[in-house]
Amino acid sequence: MSEPIILTPPLKDEDVVGLRSGDRVLITGTIYTGRDAAHKRLVDLLHEGKPLPIDLAGQIIYFVGPTPTRPGKPIGSAGPTTSYRMDAYSPSLIQQGLKGMIGKGSRSQEVIDAMVRYRAVYFAAVGGAAALISRRIESSQIVAYEDLGPEAIRKLEVRDFPVIVVNDCEGNDLYRDGTEEYAVK
Amino acid sequence: MREVSTEQITTAVKKMALEAAYELGDDVRAALNRGLDRETSPTGRDVINQLLENADIAKEGEFPMCQDTGLAVVFVELGQDVHIVGGDVNEAIQDGVRQGYEEGYLRKSVCHPFTRQNTGDNTPAILHFRIVPGDGIKITLAGKGGGSENMSRVMMLKPSDGKEGIKDYVVQRVKEAGPNPCPPIVVGVGIGGTFEKAALLAKEALLRPLGEANKDPELAEMESELLDRINKLGIGPAGLGGRTTALAVNVEMMPCHIASLPVAVNINCHAHRHKETAI
Repeated sequence: MSEPIILTPPLKDEDVVGLRSGDRVLITGTIYTGRDAAHKRLVDLLHEGKPLPIDLAGQIIYFVGPTPTRPGKPIGSAGPTTSYRMDAYSPSLIQQGLKGMIGKGSRSQEVIDAMVRYRAVYFAAVGGAAALISRRIESSQIVAYEDLGPEAIRKLEVRDFPVIVVNDCEGNDLYRDGTEEYAVK
Repeated sequence: MREVSTEQITTAVKKMALEAAYELGDDVRAALNRGLDRETSPTGRDVINQLLENADIAKEGEFPMCQDTGLAVVFVELGQDVHIVGGDVNEAIQDGVRQGYEEGYLRKSVCHPFTRQNTGDNTPAILHFRIVPGDGIKITLAGKGGGSENMSRVMMLKPSDGKEGIKDYVVQRVKEAGPNPCPPIVVGVGIGGTFEKAALLAKEALLRPLGEANKDPELAEMESELLDRINKLGIGPAGLGGRTTALAVNVEMMPCHIASLPVAVNINCHAHRHKETAI
């Protein structure tokens, strides 16, 4: 395996266009969390023409609902949740300048098309490696929708957060290609 | 008649809820190691190694294996000679779940279907009771994750679809689930019964230790064939391509109506949280 690429958000178009499906990436810096309920609220605001509680330009959203934080720890276990549930919302957020999403599982063609059109990427974190991933999160702060509990939007400071590029902005898909490579006909 | 207190039941359930979230089963660990030996994809091997390291970190007791600590599904085999004292047994189990999820810093993942308002304490748990001979109680708790449960299905096949139709349906279901249920997965298959019984059989199939074949040789052969076919799909660990898509396929079967052929496929992720206690 090749050496991982280091990324620090906010990301520019040129950071994103060089990424290829299958690249290993380590993210250091600020990322935001959001899953089903938070996504619905963000997109509802866009439909109403109202401002969002966070500026998405160049940012990465991590699809996660962590376990409660133990005293003295920055966060609880925080692995990725299944991404297709965010498919209905992601194109609108990509249009707002969102540059990356981290989750697990396949995305719809609409999301893939939006990533190509507006230059964004989809990363996978290893589903179920939540305890391991939590060690790469240095701090966590709720920045919106505290009432949603585990689904609130959090700002995370991460160091060497390990992900792999699944969908790049040329429409490639590691889930499809990886499965084809190892399928026994 | 033997007396068992609701307090004993609550304590046992609470302990299982905690342990299931922090301790990967020995059978699952062994199956992951077997997968590592066979896996030809470098990324796949890397993912399995991460999962083993993740299990070691979780065992220290501060971070659950996965942030989805599941909806608690509790199976109770209640001896007919047991007299439960001290209150409502249903509530005793719910209390155990409530206490375990709170004290273990486990995620509360239960909500109202329409408003999505969280119930706040991970209840109600799903309870299944069965009355059995004897004066013991066996309780099994499974913390069922949502991602893999969402990929599960019940299908009413036609009798003419036969055994081949069942096998094709199971493999197709796993193929369609792809990377979503956190492979390497465990596949529970329920065949026969009725619509709801097939689903319950599939869930019960997940409780059998990995690597232990069905006692019926025909079903054992079916399990082995299904596992082989599923691992040829190429989905692999985390769905990134590889030969370790499933760790096990467990099948349970019972007779069904002459007009029916119910099949249920219940998929579980590699965390495969379940614990058992005898009282």
